[in-house]
Amino acid sequence: MTPLLAVEDLRVSFPTHSGRVEVVKGISFTLGRERLGIVGESGSGKSMTGRSILKLIRKPGLVTADRMEFDGIDLTALSEHQMRAIRGARISMVMQDPKFSLNPVMTVGEQIAEALLTHQKLARKDVHQRVIAMLEAVRINDPERVAKLYPHEVSGGMGQRVMIAMMLIPEPELLIADEPTSALDVSVQAQVLDIIDELVRNKGMGLILISHDLALVSRYCDRILVMNAGTIVEECAAGELANAQHPYTRGLLAAMPTIDEAREELPVLDRTQWAGT
Amino acid sequence: MNALTLENLDISYGDTQVVHGVNLSIAEGESFALVGESGSGKSTILRAIAGLAPDWEGEITVMGEKRSHRVERSVSRQVQMVFQDPYGSLHPRKTIDAALSEPLAIHGIANRGERVEAMLTAVGLDRRFRFRYPHQLSGGQRQRVAIARALMLEPKVMLLDEPTSALDVSVQAEILNLLKRLRREQGLTFLLVTHNLPIVSFLCDRLAVMRHGRIVEIADVAQLKAGQLVEPYSRELLAATEGT
Repeated sequence: MTPLLAVEDLRVSFPTHSGRVEVVKGISFTLGRERLGIVGESGSGKSMTGRSILKLIRKPGLVTADRMEFDGIDLTALSEHQMRAIRGARISMVMQDPKFSLNPVMTVGEQIAEALLTHQKLARKDVHQRVIAMLEAVRINDPERVAKLYPHEVSGGMGQRVMIAMMLIPEPELLIADEPTSALDVSVQAQVLDIIDELVRNKGMGLILISHDLALVSRYCDRILVMNAGTIVEECAAGELANAQHPYTRGLLAAMPTIDEAREELPVLDRTQWAGT
Repeated sequence: MNALTLENLDISYGDTQVVHGVNLSIAEGESFALVGESGSGKSTILRAIAGLAPDWEGEITVMGEKRSHRVERSVSRQVQMVFQDPYGSLHPRKTIDAALSEPLAIHGIANRGERVEAMLTAVGLDRRFRFRYPHQLSGGQRQRVAIARALMLEPKVMLLDEPTSALDVSVQAEILNLLKRLRREQGLTFLLVTHNLPIVSFLCDRLAVMRHGRIVEIADVAQLKAGQLVEPYSRELLAATEGT
């Protein structure tokens, strides 16, 4: 079976005063119709990886890859115009912050409808029904009222659910979720991820979940890539995370407090330990 | 003596009442957590205590003194707040030195230079950061500055509104260790708002679970650790945490 997405030697660089700096340093991975987690801390290059798949990195940023194929289509060769037919419809992305990612002068309902209408022609009544059903699917109480609200009138958590609704309504084949729940509470977090999880399973979508939260990724993904400083330092099955070998992964695991915390002090990452890797 | 007492506290934003009849007493030196989902009113309680949400009814007592509805200098000496977003809570055009000296200037406290340097050391920042601007600092460093600013007036009570939720796991561990050490060294009382139960387990003695502006349960951290919360909603929160 050909993979849904194949990436080989992906590099992303930005120019600085002292030459180009690579933020993603030649990573390779493939993705089937499965759930892949990418974890790492700020600056590890995980978000850049997600963005470069959608060709969302603007100049002066530079993306190169030996191969970047989605469902047999060579993404590196596509024009901006051709890319538009793929973005949203076939690959979509849930961004980190609903405050900056939603249009402040459009109501929530209009924005979700727009996501749908850009790629499909539908009667107005059907659109409205789909929007309301989608808002219900992301567990928004009273969707009729919420559809009429503007982004500043909803809470951060609700805004994120709106964005997820917007991204899932065209029923894409690959969903890239970049820290989709870091703005939400634990109780809602689980709900939102359950919604994403259900859709991914039922529709046979592929999912790339980008997060700094190891526990969350290990719960919702099949396979995990751990990134640090632009490289993949470890790849493992989600269930095997506790047995991770790399000192960086082990450091991250140890730094998290647990629900029955007995340690007086949390171990802090010694950043020199893996500097050579 | 109780560091903080709330009696029948109702808080409103305009016509919407967001906190309903909250009663709480926190002993001096205690570390207390408010947990619950967004919109449950937990941050609003902190804001009312700090004087940022003046539309409240009931009684707020801080270190034995009843609080008025205005911003009061005497209260700011006792209670200080640390906000969630270290990127938004520091003035972008003021140096760290200016940010830390300002509370001292307002309250007419001398020896500002010395105090600023001592405080930077206390929160684990090198003195070379003193004349930098916030944009030159990482998120964790900024949160250290925000904590330092809150401590400049040597308050007794710290109101912590999700102090680590914007930070990476490893940086979060550093800030949590810092808060724990400062509390031990300075005998501070903490009122912490979070939705992360493991943090409560690490840093707090007691917790109150809030929902829809009301406290549904007050429990000991030992109960949390043993998974023995009573109310169905608290158990739901706990289950959501354990599942991940």
